[in-house]
Amino acid sequence: MSEPERDTPHVPAPSLWPIGFAVGVACILVGLVVSVPALIVGALITLVFGFLWVRDLFAKHPVTSAVSGEPEPAVATVGHVDQNVDRATFLSLATIGVGGLIGAGVTLPVLGFGVLPSFMGEGIETFEVDLGPISNFPEGQFVIATYLEDPEQGEVTRRTAFIRNNGRTDDDVPSFTTIYSRCVHLGCPVQPNGPIDEEARKEVNGVELRPVLAASFGCPCHGGLYDSEGNRNAGPPVRSLDRFEFSIKDGNLILGRLFSVGNVDGTGAKARISKYYRAYPGVHVDGLERFLYPIPTPGSTS
Amino acid sequence: MAKSARRQQLETVALYPLDWVEERSGLVGYTKWFLFRKVPRDISWAQTLGAASLTAFIVQAVTGVFLAMYYKPDPDNAYASIQNITEDVTLGWLVRGMHKWGASVFIILMFFHMARTFLFGAYKYPRELNWIIGVLILVLGMLEGFTGYLLPWDNTAYWATVVGLNLNATAPFAGPFLAQFLQGGLDINPDTLSKFYALHMLLVPAGIMALIGLHLYLVVRLGVTSPPWSATAAGRERPEVTGPREGLIRDPAAGAPPAAADGEAAS
Repeated sequence: MSEPERDTPHVPAPSLWPIGFAVGVACILVGLVVSVPALIVGALITLVFGFLWVRDLFAKHPVTSAVSGEPEPAVATVGHVDQNVDRATFLSLATIGVGGLIGAGVTLPVLGFGVLPSFMGEGIETFEVDLGPISNFPEGQFVIATYLEDPEQGEVTRRTAFIRNNGRTDDDVPSFTTIYSRCVHLGCPVQPNGPIDEEARKEVNGVELRPVLAASFGCPCHGGLYDSEGNRNAGPPVRSLDRFEFSIKDGNLILGRLFSVGNVDGTGAKARISKYYRAYPGVHVDGLERFLYPIPTPGSTS
Repeated sequence: MAKSARRQQLETVALYPLDWVEERSGLVGYTKWFLFRKVPRDISWAQTLGAASLTAFIVQAVTGVFLAMYYKPDPDNAYASIQNITEDVTLGWLVRGMHKWGASVFIILMFFHMARTFLFGAYKYPRELNWIIGVLILVLGMLEGFTGYLLPWDNTAYWATVVGLNLNATAPFAGPFLAQFLQGGLDINPDTLSKFYALHMLLVPAGIMALIGLHLYLVVRLGVTSPPWSATAAGRERPEVTGPREGLIRDPAAGAPPAAADGEAAS
């Protein structure tokens, strides 16, 4: 590989200053778009490296003349060619480097814009939905509540919840079972298995309430079956139906944040619910399989 | 004699524009390199499935461009604009039908093409890379189907996409993030529709086109394979195999495989 006559250590190595100069120029270009501080830093880098480069160029002159002034012209020519090769290599590397920098400067923000918002939980908010006075919910019976989560966004936020008034707990606190209709297999709309009392249908500020005689829920898509607490009885679901946190303000039932349920022990006001951060349908929240989903879904914890 | 001279004159006039282009770009030569290739003698209609898939894709691209002129990707107008295309716009029902049914045709033809390639052994050396590219095209084609299915914004579209997204979400570790990225939130929301629209008509088709370009380049470079039952070797000289693969590849033109040659030596 090595050719002895090409070993000309006295030829100066190519200067690295132009790379710094190019970085400075790239920094200026980015700064023009992004921010003034970056622009100033870029201008400083450009000035410093430009000065060093120019100084280097003038400093090298005597060396070059010394090479050409050597007694053997052949060696000088070889040295000259070698220097040219180095410059070509340097230029192509510099082009790739600067091109890569500019490319990265353009691509990375765009990629970040395309991907990151989804992972920061942006645009995900919990809506408090007022389902009206609790007197509309007869004790011990499920009511199908259909409402718009965010009326501004319209129909796309239409949700259905199954609400059952359990009376009062032993601590004399009102108790409600608030089941979300989304199947925890793959997200189809779960239906109550029982007749709907259409005559008792009520509409309270945009919320449709229909009592239903149901002790179980079924999913039309893949046959998931749940009992009256939302525990899985049959079919492919991997956990119990999701539920809403709820509160009572001025005698109105308010639905809050949605959470996932591993399992429910007991029924009605005596139910003990194992509660988890909201997870996607089909995602295990308990058991061994929960280790397959170690990171909580972005936006579910806020 | 005079007729022949006249004919020659006509030919020169007719070919002049082509010559003009060729002299300045060399494109005529490249087109010939691309189109007028030697193929094995015993190919059949089975080898046209790739071109059929390409045609199906071109139909999708062209009809999609024109549908995009009338479609409105926001939740309030999407369904109405689809109805408008189907019922009011002249020939809209036809173009939308071509796009809707053509989508299935594209996927089905790709599977047939894949089956042909597999059964004929046309994925083997040196065509492995082309198989890989083909699989990527298939995946992107399915993604086109998935993103396009939501666009009519009816109940079928909505719930099918709910199920599809949640299916993605069940993948271990990355699944929830994938679903979150695709729908831009915890549920399907207005952003989901415009996101799917952008993926469907910009990002994924661009990827498919780039991959089809690579796929075709490799087809032209490597040539078409004979069927495995072919009596004659493929249309071009087999490159001599040296290095670690030497002796591993049989040369049907040479007749006897190495094992048979050993047998002869023993007898």
